[in-house]
Amino acid sequence: MSESPFLDVKDLKIHFSTDDGVVKSVDGLSFSLERGKTLGIVGESGSGKSVTSLGILGLHRGKSANVSGEIWLDGEDLVTASQEHVRRLRGRKMAMIFQDPLSSMHPFYSVGDQIIEAYRIHHKVSKSVARKHAIDMLGRVGIPEPKRRVDSYPHEFSGGMRQRAMIAMALSCDPELLIADEPTTALDVTVQAQILDLMRDLQREFNSALIIITHDLGVVAELSNDILVMYAGKCIEYGSAEDIFYRPEHPYTWGLLGSMPRLDREPTERLLPVKGTPPSLINVPSGCAFHPRCPYSDQTDGQSKAEIPALINTDPGHLVRCHLSRTQRRTLWENEVKPVLETQ
Amino acid sequence: MTTSNEPLLSVQDLEKHFPVTKGLLKRQVGAVKAVDGISFDVFKGETLGLVGESGCGKSTTGRLVTRLLEPTGGKVVFEGRDITHMSQGKLRPLRRDMQMIFQDPFSSLNPRHTVGTIVGAPFHIQGVQTEHGVKKAVQDILQLVGLNPEHYNRYPHEFSGGQRQRIGIARTLALKPKLIIADEPVSALDVSIQAQVVNLLEDLQNELDLTYVVIAHDLSVVRHISDRVAVMYLGKIVEIADRKRLYSSPMHPYTNALLSAVPIPDPKARADGDRIRLTGDVPSPLNPPPACRFHTRCWKAQDICKTVEPPLEELASGHRVACHFPENAPEPAPKTAAATS
Ligand SMILES: Nc1ncnc2c1ncn2[C@@H]1O[C@H](COP(=O)(O)OP(=O)(O)OP(=O)(O)O)[C@@H](O)[C@H]1O
Ligand SMILES: Nc1ncnc2c1ncn2[C@@H]1O[C@H](COP(=O)(O)OP(=O)(O)O)[C@@H](O)[C@H]1O
Ligand code: SF4
Ligand code: SF4
Ligand SMILES: [Mg+2]
Ligand SMILES: [Mg+2]
Repeated sequence: MSESPFLDVKDLKIHFSTDDGVVKSVDGLSFSLERGKTLGIVGESGSGKSVTSLGILGLHRGKSANVSGEIWLDGEDLVTASQEHVRRLRGRKMAMIFQDPLSSMHPFYSVGDQIIEAYRIHHKVSKSVARKHAIDMLGRVGIPEPKRRVDSYPHEFSGGMRQRAMIAMALSCDPELLIADEPTTALDVTVQAQILDLMRDLQREFNSALIIITHDLGVVAELSNDILVMYAGKCIEYGSAEDIFYRPEHPYTWGLLGSMPRLDREPTERLLPVKGTPPSLINVPSGCAFHPRCPYSDQTDGQSKAEIPALINTDPGHLVRCHLSRTQRRTLWENEVKPVLETQ
Repeated sequence: MTTSNEPLLSVQDLEKHFPVTKGLLKRQVGAVKAVDGISFDVFKGETLGLVGESGCGKSTTGRLVTRLLEPTGGKVVFEGRDITHMSQGKLRPLRRDMQMIFQDPFSSLNPRHTVGTIVGAPFHIQGVQTEHGVKKAVQDILQLVGLNPEHYNRYPHEFSGGQRQRIGIARTLALKPKLIIADEPVSALDVSIQAQVVNLLEDLQNELDLTYVVIAHDLSVVRHISDRVAVMYLGKIVEIADRKRLYSSPMHPYTNALLSAVPIPDPKARADGDRIRLTGDVPSPLNPPPACRFHTRCWKAQDICKTVEPPLEELASGHRVACHFPENAPEPAPKTAAATS
């Protein structure tokens, strides 16, 4: 028997009860990830990306949230673990980088004090040792003059520096799982490039498992080994970065690729958007949630509207959730979609 | 693209310095040089893209040109008329011809007004008579931007982001403007919806013979939609050229760095080691670096860059650059090329 993966998420469901009905934000998500590897999760806003990441960190407990399924981290199921235990794992074993570093840093404490505080929760060291560590971490993420900047407050940093400080904080306890939710969405493109380089280098160095969540296909292509495409709370396609970019098989993935103007190709006359709008997660469309927007829903003998398609293996490690047959999908991609995407 | 020689809009040495004040007496202690002497023309029927990183002065430029802000220097000429300091009363008829689309489709629509009221408002404000009544005119526009005419009595909150942006576009189209300044028209939208709105803007341009200035930070979107592109850095235009030249042989180091920083949606591109990486962030416009403002981040900077400001010069036909040591500069020497173009 082979060893179980470092992170193994099985049939994760996160539903919220609201006045308008039950919001099925995450609805049966499964994936796994090894140390040293990067998984990219892409999807449009509201597809359930952030709810997934907060769910893994155990931040949805109580109140209206209903979490089910399994989240195995290094052999422990976090869904059934005590809240206290999961809290202890946060920061030590797993950490998160958010889109907006300002909202996740305390405005009244210096950046250094926040790193020192986080470090000392998990490491029994003196304040001065922790301070040295904080300075070291700030230097590692490229903050200039870390000895001086360690005493700065978050508002004294620029957006890019804050995101670096946030990464320093997340990495200060050497987490084995790092989740970055839209880590560069708020940043300028030149700073985004610096941060993506930094995350790539640090991951190599720390050998952590990294989940990068974004709506930007360019960003996932930069970092990911594997990519999970989400639509309406479900995984609709999963594969290696090469699978998703060179041989995608799901009509929604095709739609995402066609919607995007690309700098690496000759300019096209026209973009090929997905028609319609993303679905409500309260009244999810019947059958395949993508069917109201899918140009091929009439090629499945009515199944698209009637039945939720299963996520099936189309190739080893490449999974697709669609009623079209494998032959249909590949023929459509080769003959209709790919030529238009590449030549127009 | 039908372009005439007479520019529809001409901007000369345009400047906006916001005063920075301190204390109860509001003593001025400095100025944010948001826009600091920029010049460009926009010709009828074309799309000019304006790119640059956050805070470089793109939105301020849009607001100056449409006179939502008062310039502190320079000139704005629209259809041959100097409108730089024209009174609001005199501007009013011109407002029909020049419209602005804003980034945020959520906050730019009044939540208490129906779609009909919102899109119909310009008719009432300008006192425009319509052949079959305002309602019919509004419904025609709704149809034009891909909304259902039956949406007339609905409220903004009943619509998705993309639909709200369509409502915003419908409102600007009501009075058949000649020039539309679109400030980040798609950046708040999802990828699939972005593409719908980009296509809509292009269709409307062809159908209604519109001229656009599109402000955006997304270089891929700007390339897709523009005929010419201007790159801004800290309140200055550092490069302006037709899109083909700008994207295939960018001359300003900053433009090169910007293009190099765009993540490419192709896993193979990852291995590409010779990308330009800038260090640090954009400096504050309160205290921009002297001479060439880019010298604090530029890998080609020499002493002259810190003392002499490079002028925006035409180094190839229609390709203007402000740099002492441009990349991809055409041979023979730049000066000669400028003289012959
Ligand atoms: N009313 C104002 N008072 C003072 N400073 C201002 C004002 N409006 C804008 N600024 C400053 O002028 C500079 C340019 O702002 P502007 O909004 O034009 O940037 P932008 O290029 O549109 O950026 P973004 O991409 O973030 O929208 C910024 O430094 C901004 O803080
Ligand atoms: N606490 C909550 N209560 C109810 N609905 C929620 C809650 N948090 C998120 N949602 C809904 O779940 C869906 C997915 O949200 P999210 O994961 O934040 O999307 P994204 O993919 O943009 O990160 C959205 O429809 C959102 O409105
Ligand atoms: S199941 Fe049907 S509707 Fe869904 S993606 Fe496949 S073809 Fe389209
Ligand atoms: S003038 Fe000098 S500092 Fe400025 S962009 Fe050119 S080479 Fe760089
Ligand atoms: Mg999110
Ligand atoms: Mg702006």
